[in-house]
Amino acid sequence: MTQDEVVIAIKDIIAQIAPDEDLSGLEMDLRLREQIELDSMDFLDIVMELRKLYGVQVPEKDYMELATLSGCVKYLHPLLEKKSLHCAQRA
Amino acid sequence: MAELARVVITGVGLTSPNGNDLPEFRRNLIAGVSGVEDYSIRHVGSTPAGVCHFDTLRYQGKKEARRGTRAGAISIWCANQALEDAGLAFDSSDVDSAAHYSRARTGVFTGITEHGNVETEHQIHEVAQYGFDLSFWSHHHNPRTVANNPAGEVTLNLGIRGPAYSLGGACAAGNLGLIHGAQMLQLGLVDLALGGGISESIHTFGIFASFRAQGALARHTDPVKASRPFDAARNGIVVAEGGCLFALERLDDALARGARIYGEVLGYHVNSDGTDFVLPDATGQENCMRGALAHSKLAAEDIDVVNTHATSTPSGDIIEAEAVRKVFDHAPETFVNNTKSYIGHAMGAAGALELAGNLPTFEDNLVHPTINVDELDPACALRNLVINEPVRIRRAKTILNMSFGMLGINSAVVVGRYTV
Repeated sequence: MTQDEVVIAIKDIIAQIAPDEDLSGLEMDLRLREQIELDSMDFLDIVMELRKLYGVQVPEKDYMELATLSGCVKYLHPLLEKKSLHCAQRA
Repeated sequence: MAELARVVITGVGLTSPNGNDLPEFRRNLIAGVSGVEDYSIRHVGSTPAGVCHFDTLRYQGKKEARRGTRAGAISIWCANQALEDAGLAFDSSDVDSAAHYSRARTGVFTGITEHGNVETEHQIHEVAQYGFDLSFWSHHHNPRTVANNPAGEVTLNLGIRGPAYSLGGACAAGNLGLIHGAQMLQLGLVDLALGGGISESIHTFGIFASFRAQGALARHTDPVKASRPFDAARNGIVVAEGGCLFALERLDDALARGARIYGEVLGYHVNSDGTDFVLPDATGQENCMRGALAHSKLAAEDIDVVNTHATSTPSGDIIEAEAVRKVFDHAPETFVNNTKSYIGHAMGAAGALELAGNLPTFEDNLVHPTINVDELDPACALRNLVINEPVRIRRAKTILNMSFGMLGINSAVVVGRYTV
């Protein structure tokens, strides 16, 4: 998975969790929770989907690394580099 | 004891397998239209069931629906519709104001047979895919399975801040929400109550499997014929989902705002058989009906319509028929019917839905029949049992609605046409 595909993967998961939100204009460096309505339970859903779809375990101490899309890429790309993208909507 | 306030029904919100509001539901009850269909659920396979087809996104956002439960979605549908029907819809722009009543003085009381089985089964199914690694167990499990979930989701959806919880009463629960709502109004603890019953039970395979293990799950090649109370060929229960919440107000408040009044809660009774986990008891049922009549200060002869609980099981229907005969066999003008023949057994919602389906009798004086009686079981023969075609009566004034449940709980409610 490329860095761009990591963004696609994360956005796809968020689209499942926050289906009422428009994700087209998400900024990479702004906190996700400042751009769309996401609460702590939603965040746990994102972590759960990463676990189910890609087998990635994100320990609680690292949750803050996923606060922005660019943070997600930085943290997740090394873990997803050898995995292929498959969107949650098709899973 | 001080005279208690009179309580009236001023709104009805419902979803049933054959109708998503009271007019549609009633039309189908008069026309003999069943809502039972072929249904499939994991581990059980194909089985007849009562399935609701309401628009879950009419009153909820996608995210709210995703996070909540089926019972919550049904409750939200019913609550919003009941408020609209009563002319009491809250102003969505301001959580502190309402058209007539404050959100802090509004209560939500949902009768439930069970709650939480759906989510628990689903989560076990999920973690089984991952070798029972509990890191895959959802953090949504607890808020979805707490017993107050169906009522609580209504408060989240509408910003209600009064008391909101469930009343667990097996299949007698549909009357309990209404009864408790009336009591809370009479105690002066709320000004508006949304009370009734809710069922998501078709989404748990355990209910079907348990009835099947008990030999009490209906089987029929034609699903609309599967639920057939009092018929000689009946062979079990058709499980259904659904819900009905009534908007309840004190009579004086309802009159002051010029509300439409569907009927007045004249009395009720809840008791226990104290005899068996599963088998009903005619004496307990008889005592429950007599208790509701006494509470209403009415005689059996004063009741125009008795809506039975009969679930289409071989033994249960006979026991209930025996109880009804004891109370009403000497009441020449009392008609008896059943609603499960159309929708199956909506569990915790059954009592509320079945009462709702009969309320329009106060307007049209028609008693809806019980359908699917091709050959009446002589052991279920009842005076004035309305079979397959509606009956017009002179002037309907009273309905007695019964619901019974496991562990021997019985509930009966008497509702009257409103008169000054």
